Amino acid sequence: MNVVLDNAGDIALAFIYTLSLFVVAGVLSLIFGALLAAARVGPVAVLRKAAAVYVMLIRNTPLLIVIIFFRFAGPKIGLTFGFVDIRVADIRLNNLYAACAVGLIVYTSSFVCEALRSGINAVPLGQAEAARAIGLPFGGVMSQVIMPQAMRHALPPLASVQIALLKNTTVCGALGVFEAFARMRGLTNDFASARTEIFLAFALIFVVLVEVLSFVAYRLERRWRIA
Amino acid sequence: MATSVLFDAPGPKTVARHRAYTMAAYGGLLLVVAFIAWRLQQTGQFAYDLWEPVLTPSIIEVILVDGLLNTLKMAFSAIILAVVFGLVFGMGKLSDHAWVRWPCWLVVEFFRAVPVLLLMVFIFYQFGGVTNGDRGAYWSVVAALTLYNGSVLAEVFRAGLNAVPSGQAEAAYALGMRKSQVMTIVLLPQAVKIMLPSIISQCVVALKDTSLGYAIAAIGLSTVSRLVYIEYGNQLQVVAVVALLYISVNLVLTGIATWVQKKFVGEKNPIDLTRAGNMDGGQNTGGGI
Repeated sequence: MNVVLDNAGDIALAFIYTLSLFVVAGVLSLIFGALLAAARVGPVAVLRKAAAVYVMLIRNTPLLIVIIFFRFAGPKIGLTFGFVDIRVADIRLNNLYAACAVGLIVYTSSFVCEALRSGINAVPLGQAEAARAIGLPFGGVMSQVIMPQAMRHALPPLASVQIALLKNTTVCGALGVFEAFARMRGLTNDFASARTEIFLAFALIFVVLVEVLSFVAYRLERRWRIA
Repeated sequence: MATSVLFDAPGPKTVARHRAYTMAAYGGLLLVVAFIAWRLQQTGQFAYDLWEPVLTPSIIEVILVDGLLNTLKMAFSAIILAVVFGLVFGMGKLSDHAWVRWPCWLVVEFFRAVPVLLLMVFIFYQFGGVTNGDRGAYWSVVAALTLYNGSVLAEVFRAGLNAVPSGQAEAAYALGMRKSQVMTIVLLPQAVKIMLPSIISQCVVALKDTSLGYAIAAIGLSTVSRLVYIEYGNQLQVVAVVALLYISVNLVLTGIATWVQKKFVGEKNPIDLTRAGNMDGGQNTGGGI
């Protein structure tokens, strides 16, 4: 355990990167995914098609390839994210970080879109028909009747998308962001004899983070559930 | 289906408004496409010498044979082993004996929560992957994917066995069968039918995750593409081709899954896999694309 305790500061810093990637990509992918889902079920046929194509393409591409695109192919067409350079104490968010975060957002929002759409589709038809029968317009039908019920159905898949996102942040470690995966690899190279305990320490932290997320999702689900 | 019900049959004003929206959307999308094309043109990405490598037979052969074929092999080995792993641990979780149930539960929960990449690198360095060259990297990827996908499949098997109507097991017990007989003769054959679409969609997840072999330089599509674009400096073109390959293989798999679902299960999948905690979350939330 000594190796892990001696490097506790570095490990904590690595997990701050992991969590910051998770929060940034999580929030933005929820927003972007919701916009995509709106386009996917909205009345404009072109937007429906465009959103469907986006989801189909991104969902079938590995995350690694998506991030490689922003990380290595992006600069070739002038997409360098050079304007991103934020420093907070020991944490430095530079253009590599931005490219990886954008990759995560692009990838995750397609899954968020699908989760929301499956939630909307799970609302019984009669609900929308009844809402229309009492004269609600599209906006009213959505905000007053469909969305509140759809959110209830969409919560479990949304939660697993976000949990997947947390685990997916490790891919950024393979492409230059110094987060948990990169730190683990660095430590296992430096302290070859202590590989197992280093792995177990990182794995257990991930298990705890995932369990915390599942617990939050479970509590939300309980709170929103109707009788 | 629900989409058509969300809004009323539009009147003349709404039709005009929708037409305006459609026009605006067309305009917006065209602008985006035009901007991307302009950017590509400006930075000279259409130049033939950047596309030449991906059109050269010898390099296509490297991408398809060393890359795609190895990736498919990895995914295939991983899925076969994962099915076995999932079957063992899924049944273990349903065991009547607490000393079997709890360890199985612990193993499944652990491997589902740990990122595949951590697992892969750990296996690679700890269990002789480094010293065994390409074979070592290959089996490290397969082992990590087996543990992860096996754990997800264990949940699938458990849910599938639970989805068989309880009268089936009761009737089998009433006939005097033992638990092992009930499992193998009555429950499993019926459960497999329900689980097949989920297993095939898990293949998509496994196939996508083989790309993580990049981190330990396991020969596969992602690693090979890296070699090609480093050599020729045509990142954009290679990434486009590789993404296209992944997308087509995955679409074929998704098509098979949808077909199997229609043929054997029916419109709605009785097992809810939203909680199976996939690397890709919503992949298994039911329904096609």
